[in-house]
Amino acid sequence: MSEAGAAREPDSGGINDNEVFLPDTNHLPPTVTFLQELPSYQSMLRRRPSTVRTRDGQGFVRRSPVESRSILEGLGVESLDRVQSIREYPLNMSQKRQLRDIQEANTKYLSGWDQWKQTRSKSWRKFLDETKELSSYLELWRHDIRNIEGKFGTGIQSYFSFLRFLVLLNFVIFVLMFSFITLPSAVSKHGVLNGSYVKVPPKSIEPQCTVYTVSGTKGLIYFYNYIIDLLSGTGFLEMTSLFYGYYTIDKVQFNVIKYNVPLAYLLTTLAYLSLSLIWIVKRSVEGFKQSLIRDEDQFQSYCNKIFAGWDFCITDINAARLKHSSLQYELKTDLEEERLRQKIAERTTDQKLRIYCLRIFLNIIVLAVLSGCFYSLFRATVFSQEKISNDSGKPNVDNLLVQYLPSMVITLANFIAPLIFSLIIKFEDYSPAFEIRLTLMRCVFVRLANIGVLLFSLGTRITSCASEKCTACGYNYKLYPCWESRVGQEMYKLMIFDFIIIFAITVFVDFPRKLIVTYSSWKAFQWCGLQEFAIPDKVLEIVYGQTICWIGTFYSPLLPAIATIKYFVIFYIKKISLMHTCRPSTRPFRASSSNFFFLVVLLIGLVLAFIPLGLSMTHLRSSKACGPFVNFNRSWDVVPYTIHTFPAALRKVLNGIASEAFAVPFFMVICLVMFYFIALAGAHKRVVDQLREQLVMESRDKLFLIRKLTEAQRHS
Amino acid sequence: MGNKQTIFTDEQLDAYQDCTFFTRKEILRLHGRYHELAPNMVPMDYTRDPDVKLPIQLIVNMPELKENPFGERIVMSFSEDGDGNLSFNDFVDMFSVLSEMAPRELKAIYAFKIYDFNTDNFICKSDLEKTLNNLTKEELTEEEVVLVCEKVIEEADMDGDGKLGFSDFENMISKAPDFLSPFKIRDILQP
Repeated sequence: MSEAGAAREPDSGGINDNEVFLPDTNHLPPTVTFLQELPSYQSMLRRRPSTVRTRDGQGFVRRSPVESRSILEGLGVESLDRVQSIREYPLNMSQKRQLRDIQEANTKYLSGWDQWKQTRSKSWRKFLDETKELSSYLELWRHDIRNIEGKFGTGIQSYFSFLRFLVLLNFVIFVLMFSFITLPSAVSKHGVLNGSYVKVPPKSIEPQCTVYTVSGTKGLIYFYNYIIDLLSGTGFLEMTSLFYGYYTIDKVQFNVIKYNVPLAYLLTTLAYLSLSLIWIVKRSVEGFKQSLIRDEDQFQSYCNKIFAGWDFCITDINAARLKHSSLQYELKTDLEEERLRQKIAERTTDQKLRIYCLRIFLNIIVLAVLSGCFYSLFRATVFSQEKISNDSGKPNVDNLLVQYLPSMVITLANFIAPLIFSLIIKFEDYSPAFEIRLTLMRCVFVRLANIGVLLFSLGTRITSCASEKCTACGYNYKLYPCWESRVGQEMYKLMIFDFIIIFAITVFVDFPRKLIVTYSSWKAFQWCGLQEFAIPDKVLEIVYGQTICWIGTFYSPLLPAIATIKYFVIFYIKKISLMHTCRPSTRPFRASSSNFFFLVVLLIGLVLAFIPLGLSMTHLRSSKACGPFVNFNRSWDVVPYTIHTFPAALRKVLNGIASEAFAVPFFMVICLVMFYFIALAGAHKRVVDQLREQLVMESRDKLFLIRKLTEAQRHS
Repeated sequence: MGNKQTIFTDEQLDAYQDCTFFTRKEILRLHGRYHELAPNMVPMDYTRDPDVKLPIQLIVNMPELKENPFGERIVMSFSEDGDGNLSFNDFVDMFSVLSEMAPRELKAIYAFKIYDFNTDNFICKSDLEKTLNNLTKEELTEEEVVLVCEKVIEEADMDGDGKLGFSDFENMISKAPDFLSPFKIRDILQP
């Protein structure tokens, strides 16, 4: 239905209502041109040159309200008072300039107060713009990421932005831990300030629990022992501030204030976990909102691809070619998926039954594969720990391999399991999008659960003793006099190994592959092709590393520093690998959905990190031979102990908050609020549907009326 | 502030700053880019608002727009005379809307103009087909093209007239999570 009636051709092959309108304005009877005065048409007014006359000094100001109103009405803005920035109006430059002049002329009529407010808001806006510009210069890697965006599109760029986010996050966590825990302890140990060491009350603790010697630091030490110690966190490294065992300071005296180190240790741990949580949630809120909207209205995938499909940042001809082919691929996949959906809908019950049986069978295989992974990891950890305990004091290369055995098994499992999953999923006959999502979920599960299994196997060894059921100290003091340091060492080893693997794969697999593919002419190699920069796998790698860092920071407070350096170097490794050895993935990754996906997986990792930390803080007896919690049964006990020292009123309040009398009503109120919001959302959805129907009805009415009107005019 | 430049008067620069999303420095750099497209035609002195327009071929061959399948449409949408010739005002306008700081609503308005190939204020089936062919370099079959266009109209058309009016388009864009990030040109200001 073309309201234009202007000198444009009507739609070919449109509805036959088009013939109601004649193509040429000139032949239309003048009464029909009222259609062009319809408000909805006016609001879509295109720029027409020279609609505004020249101005003279006085007459202009007199005319100004009408003129500006005509310009603004075209945009649907009622009043001139509530003017946002002129630059946000879709007018051309001369019209905007005129609007600006009108505004400035009108300020003379405003009172002094309003004038001052306007100038102030203007200068404030300018100030904000300048600060934003300045702060963007401080952004890390701004230029590199823009380069990547220009060459490879926003999907891959989001991966590198994610890396940058992790570098910043780890750096902030490191600063937290360092300034609240390491600095006071180190300063106190070196005698700069007065500090008291942790004293163990002699009667309640068995003497054998407090024996703790670090092997390999005395006597003649070969040079290569240092390297081995560096790689495995034993020996000289064990007694540094890198690990939990170093922190034996109880209180540090700053003039009048007594700084309670154990309390600080615990609270800083909680602080960095909450900080990570808040930061990630804040970052993902944007993506979550979009994802919510998107999921509610699933049927917009085609529109998005067509109207928001082309990345205007692309300037490189190869990237452009790639973008064209990836868009084409996306559209073809969507059409394919449409066909598949129809096919699924037409399945007979017989076929359905067969497919479900097949799926159950394949899921059992998946479970079997997972259990195999977990069991082998468990055995490897137990074996490695036994070996370490048995030949402690003789560090050599074999020992190093044994120490790294759990890491190697984890890496192997992380490599093999996704391959098996992507093979299995082909038989399960899902739609392509669901296939990708399910494989991804399974890979995430494998990676994160591996860490859990490692910690679980360590935990069982720590809490299981040969004969006495560990009543002496609560943990296996013979093998693990300082078990927190040991856990810290395992996390340290995992992190180092992860870094080595990423580096080794890039150097020893990607680059040779590129050389081979470029320079050899064997069909087999050509068919393999270049490495694809597959984003999901890379993201899982990083999230795995970050989860290790979160879990390990409690046992090894300087681990975030290592993580910062690691991610910093990985950025450059990945960038070089991307630029020189990879071809971009044929399966394009949308920027918005990727951001959300990365943050969701990171959040899963964080939640997973909470569990072992929570358990070890509240259930495992803290070691009596090292660390700041020697005086307490469990690490968490320092908090109730501190609360006891508070004044009585505060204690009552805190006890009240923690009691059931408060928690149950609070929980009920939260449930009510949640139900209210769900109901509200449902009501809104209904209203939206109703409005949509109304809109269709209205346009049909309009068509009908116009037809009647033109018929009437023809007859008259 | 740097009063050494003689290309624009201070008043003009202020006006540009208010009317676009660029700062003074950026506007001067933009003028440099505009000038180097046709050094003989574009004067260095803009204090008297000379009426110079560059033809569409020069603009479309800029590196930022060369690889863009909608390059020509973009230039046409910002051209005041409707033929694709851009004056400096139009030039600055164009990159202002395409810059990072322009809000979504403004970009949506111009996106609608860009995708409306036959400029009838509606995105009809033929517009969609042209858009699709530009995007995929005509690699899809006829049948696939028709199917995709039908799907798009089905998804976005709210008032049931078989084509997308601006309100349909705006509504659809507001639900599109990816709209803002690709719809910008960044490195126009890099020398």
